Amino acid sequence: MSNNVLSEELDHGDGVDRRGFLKCMAWAGTGVVWTLSAGILSSCNLSQASNASRGDFSFVQVSDSHIGFKNVPNMDVTSTFQKAIDRVGALANRPSFILHTGDVSHTSMPAQYDAVDQIFKGAKFNQDQVYYVPGEHDTFVDNGKAYLERFGQGSITSGWRSFDFKGVHFVGLVNVWNLKAGGFGVLGDDQLAWLKKDLDGLSASTPVVVYAHVPLWALYPTWGWGTTDAEQALSMMRRFGSVTVLNGHIHQVLQKVEGNVTFHTAASTAYPQPAPGEAPAPGPLRVVPDQLVSSLGIRQITFVQNAGAPVIVDAQIA
Amino acid sequence: MENFNIVPATITVAAGTTVVWTNHDDVEHTVTASDNSFSSPAIQTDGQFAYTFSTPGTYSYFCAIHPFMTAKVIVQ
Repeated sequence: MSNNVLSEELDHGDGVDRRGFLKCMAWAGTGVVWTLSAGILSSCNLSQASNASRGDFSFVQVSDSHIGFKNVPNMDVTSTFQKAIDRVGALANRPSFILHTGDVSHTSMPAQYDAVDQIFKGAKFNQDQVYYVPGEHDTFVDNGKAYLERFGQGSITSGWRSFDFKGVHFVGLVNVWNLKAGGFGVLGDDQLAWLKKDLDGLSASTPVVVYAHVPLWALYPTWGWGTTDAEQALSMMRRFGSVTVLNGHIHQVLQKVEGNVTFHTAASTAYPQPAPGEAPAPGPLRVVPDQLVSSLGIRQITFVQNAGAPVIVDAQIA
Repeated sequence: MENFNIVPATITVAAGTTVVWTNHDDVEHTVTASDNSFSSPAIQTDGQFAYTFSTPGTYSYFCAIHPFMTAKVIVQ
């Protein structure tokens, strides 16, 4: 989370400039609203988000629940995941579905997936509509067998999928299969071939949301924070007017804009990690207990009617 | 294994030697052969994994969770 002020422009009538652009507003202490219009990224604070989020529909991204992790700084990741889902349940603008962008579990154990399942089943929203992609913690023990048995329904054999919702095309990519020594995330030829077919028939005006675990840009190669063949996937998407890429893995909110493609990494619900290069290694940041909850987050993404691109809000879990 | 590094990154041992890895990090790591010929389970914090190298050769390995962690064992 950050308090950076990016730029200023706001239609105070309803929080949305319907003429085209929603310009940057400000990051607030409890969350940030990101607005995307015609590929332009901007932000506003959470109080403004309540207005801006009166859109066609919204969905939520949660990430890196790491159920099974038990160490400093979080000895009870199930509890913080529960808090995160309670936060989702309390959103004024109820999400139509949830995306979980991976590292559902910490060590791929069925009991860890059970815990996530149970928390979603008790949630105050339609818990049947949770779409997952795996993280490396969901695949390294058994090559993803338990993950796919639990969450792979409706996906292509190796866990990737696409679906359409109210005119927006969603693509869930998997970049944690067959990780190689020294390498980064990888999509692989089979998935790239599938992606090409999947996108081929779409109009360039279709808003596209891509979600995957490892960032699809070379965020910090020293720590493996990138995807080797992401460029091949991105090259298929540049013709679209609005592409929003949602990732997890690095346990912090970072953004990048590249033409009409915007990249957003998400906070974890389990523990924060250091900013790129600002520690000897990645891994859990040893924040003090009082600071833990403020370092964890959820994200709500709202598509505003006729805007063609979403408003994105990152918020602390409590 | 410490600070997401495997130390030392290269060791040379005689055939028949059992190598023991200890994880000093707050998160799990694995010892996974680059050719997948062997792999540890997740090695917990302060946990250990032992593997006996019976045949001479160079064995490259990495952490399957953090693939940027790489090292090798040279068996003579």
